Amino acid sequence: MNDSHPGYASHGSAEPPAQRLAGLRGPAPQRSLDARALAALAANPGCRRRALLDAAGVDKTVLAERLGSPAPFGRSPFAIARGNVFEARVKADGYAELLLLLQRHLGLPEPDADGVAVPDLLPRAGTAVRAERTRQALAEAAARPGRWTLLDHPMLRLDVAGSPAHLEPDAVVVRPDGRWTVVEIKSFPILDGSADPAKVGAAARQAAVYVLALREAAAELAGVKPGDGPYDEPEGPAAAPDPTVLLVCPRDFSNRPTAAVVDVRRELAVTRRQLRRMTRIDRILDALPADAGFDLSTADDGTPARTDGQLADAVAAVPAAYAPDCLSTCELGFHCRREARCADAVGQLGRSVRGELGSLRTVGGALAAAAGGVPGRGARDGGGPAHDGGPADGGAGGPADAVDEAAARLARAAALRAEALAEGGLRP
Amino acid sequence: MSLLTTLARLEAVHQDRAQPLATVRHRHLSDRPMVVVPLAAAGEDGAPLAAMLGTDRDAPRLHVVPQPLDRDQRFAFLAALAGDLLPYLEGYGEETEQVEGTEKDPETGERLPVVRELCADAPQLVVPNSAGVHHLGLLGRSTRFRRTADDADAGPYPVPSRVPLLGRWLTHLRERAEVPGSSMLLAMTALLGRHWATGQSHLEDQHLGALLAWIAPPPGLGGAEAARYAESARDGRGQLHCPPAGPATDPRFDEKLLGPAVARHDAARAALRAAPPGEAARAEAHVRRTADEVRGLLEQVLRPTWDQVWRGLDLLRALPPGARVAERWEGDRWSYTGHRERLAAGEPPQPRFDDAVTAARKLAQREREQARLDLQEALDDPLAMAEHRLSGEAFAGTVEAVEAAYDTSGRTPKPRPLVTVRTGDRPHADPGREVHRVWGPPGEDGAAPAAQKAEVVRHDPAEGTVVLRLTSGMGRRREPEPGTVPQPGDRVCFTLFELSVRQAAPLPDPQNTPWTHGGPPGSASAVPGPRPGGPHTGGPHTGGPAAAAAADEEWE
Repeated sequence: MNDSHPGYASHGSAEPPAQRLAGLRGPAPQRSLDARALAALAANPGCRRRALLDAAGVDKTVLAERLGSPAPFGRSPFAIARGNVFEARVKADGYAELLLLLQRHLGLPEPDADGVAVPDLLPRAGTAVRAERTRQALAEAAARPGRWTLLDHPMLRLDVAGSPAHLEPDAVVVRPDGRWTVVEIKSFPILDGSADPAKVGAAARQAAVYVLALREAAAELAGVKPGDGPYDEPEGPAAAPDPTVLLVCPRDFSNRPTAAVVDVRRELAVTRRQLRRMTRIDRILDALPADAGFDLSTADDGTPARTDGQLADAVAAVPAAYAPDCLSTCELGFHCRREARCADAVGQLGRSVRGELGSLRTVGGALAAAAGGVPGRGARDGGGPAHDGGPADGGAGGPADAVDEAAARLARAAALRAEALAEGGLRP
Repeated sequence: MSLLTTLARLEAVHQDRAQPLATVRHRHLSDRPMVVVPLAAAGEDGAPLAAMLGTDRDAPRLHVVPQPLDRDQRFAFLAALAGDLLPYLEGYGEETEQVEGTEKDPETGERLPVVRELCADAPQLVVPNSAGVHHLGLLGRSTRFRRTADDADAGPYPVPSRVPLLGRWLTHLRERAEVPGSSMLLAMTALLGRHWATGQSHLEDQHLGALLAWIAPPPGLGGAEAARYAESARDGRGQLHCPPAGPATDPRFDEKLLGPAVARHDAARAALRAAPPGEAARAEAHVRRTADEVRGLLEQVLRPTWDQVWRGLDLLRALPPGARVAERWEGDRWSYTGHRERLAAGEPPQPRFDDAVTAARKLAQREREQARLDLQEALDDPLAMAEHRLSGEAFAGTVEAVEAAYDTSGRTPKPRPLVTVRTGDRPHADPGREVHRVWGPPGEDGAAPAAQKAEVVRHDPAEGTVVLRLTSGMGRRREPEPGTVPQPGDRVCFTLFELSVRQAAPLPDPQNTPWTHGGPPGSASAVPGPRPGGPHTGGPHTGGPAAAAAADEEWE
């Protein structure tokens, strides 16, 4: 991956980005970025396609269907029911279980006679109203030191590559010592003291996004500007959000909650760095052809605002950075895979393969090198700019001897493979 | 992923079909494997939903939990599963053979001959994917501590006595599956992935249907297209033609078909509870009908996976077994025999946590087995050896010249012939380096030739020649035994690594084990004594309290 963004020929759109993004989406309702999407986006920061579509709030599920490669995602009603039942249990009886877990795992005193303040966060209001209400509640809690305040499903705002994302953690606790702790309630079990590392990792990345949003809120309350570097640590009142979060899960095979304190500083740094690397949306917008659009709506008589072909052209106009991990995180994964296959890109086999083959970017080119063909222009013609990190690495490639070395290694491997297959009697 | 594997994947993309990654089969396949396709309830790890299993591909047996949250139904399912699996698992314990070995006498340190019992064969479970292996492990964990009605303090929810026994077997199989090269519990995706390279990423290979589509696409379809069909093609009802191989079900199946069917079953059961006495028979029939409906739905999504696993077995059986596969299977047989003996001796279930000594022993065993597996695969399969040749750890070529030479430093001269090998490989063969000769498969007489070592005298990468001095494996006479020295024109292969696996240093005796690792001054019985074969269960101290704590676990 590279994060250099050489200048584009600007189409000189004078519109502000938010308006331009809304124009791209058309009349369809906006899909807001959630923490899960942000974490996935941060995992592949080089993907302009995903950055643009998410920023514009385009429904990628519908888009994938229109492109002929529907996304395989969905959540089972059983899983949703189980998750809701568990969260309800954790928060039952005035959050009794949750407060106990907080005391036990964070070493906090019991709430005094005043109890715990649970402000009404207007859960039924619109996103903007809820975000404002959460900000107020945080300010009130910060003004009352030594008290517990529990924010149930607060609404946080985070600026992502120039467009706002709204995030809703399961809970945020303002502790008597003034720190803010994110609480993440998940329905996968902690079995014999350990949980599935992949799920814990995903939860930690998600929680890191919440901590990041909380830090912005804290900086705003303190009247300072949040630090920009991935390792910048806030100071003073802006440092209230705790980078260790409380993960609440069912214990063993039961429905009883248990908890673990997860330090998300690493995920926080990674997410900040990735988000910072994300191409500014305005640059992507500038590179977009003037007639591109992702309007998925249909007129009353059923004619779509844009034909499937037009949508496909618009999608193709924004470069993607496909890797097989996309299949499990992005709705357009299958579409981008098809594109990568059509382009014969080696990236379809995984990021590691791409790294291993260096500047040999196409399957055909790599195989030609393996067959002993001189790896000339044809062998390193690049997988089409659509599949490389950006235009910068589609150009010169490496020095010629690096290409020769990769080609020589491949040719050697091919000779050994052919010899071994013949010896094993598989191919004469 | 190695460069050779990458190359095979590139070829697979180009040919639109999977390419071989092995010339022989590297895992043992039983004549009568037990195929198990488990399904889990979404959102709850370890909650069984269904399992299709059996040793006859035409007659799978199906067990389902019509309401996955119902504890009674869950234990009825586990009891039925135990009824099917335990006879198979225990059946291999009947036929045994006597194996002679030696054992160190603990008092005198002398090696004494002993005769041990080894089961003639062992069971083999095949599941669709590694998530299936994990799920069986969870079932084992959730059942092995359950109290039965026979226990003195049975607790509020006693289970049939076979259930905890099944849990102990499943736990053992799950543990054994962690040992590299073992074949008692196999995941089909891992098996196929070891033997074929597809034109997709490793991640996509975890989908059994897609993996099989690359290896054996239906006529008229390319691998990529067939795999895409297997991954995402849906029928008129929006259901996948090729359902996921489990344990997770397709969310859209849960939403559109399974969810409503389970809800109808729940409603029928509620109606039965509320039914007046006269109506009970009808309400009961309705409950049965709704349960059968759930069962029918699950059968529909399990059957394709069941067929795929058997199809995978067909493909693997077509490969000739590697020469050393049987040797590794013997390790599985020891492991099976050991577990059988521990059950017979009435030992408690495997503890929830290994003590330090057991954990260290398991790790050492896995490291040793991994080294042995890598070595044996290379010896069995030229494609695996090619990996070592590419990395400079081995070389093969043709003998150009042989020059008789002798070591005259001793009382009698010893043969030390000089052999010039022409090779295209580029081994890291510095002069003085010891190399080991790889013999071809044993001839008709079956006698394996003696191990032979050599020393690198000269290595000329530009010329492509290596001059070696043979130092052993030529008999005791002045002239080498016939057939032990290669002749000009012969193909030879040498490795820079040893051809046997070194034993790790043994762990200290219990009395010398530090207290931090379970030794004195605590109870000496905390450290289990060494036992032949297989991983060990923990000491007796770990079973009691753990079992008691687990029995209190809530299930809903």
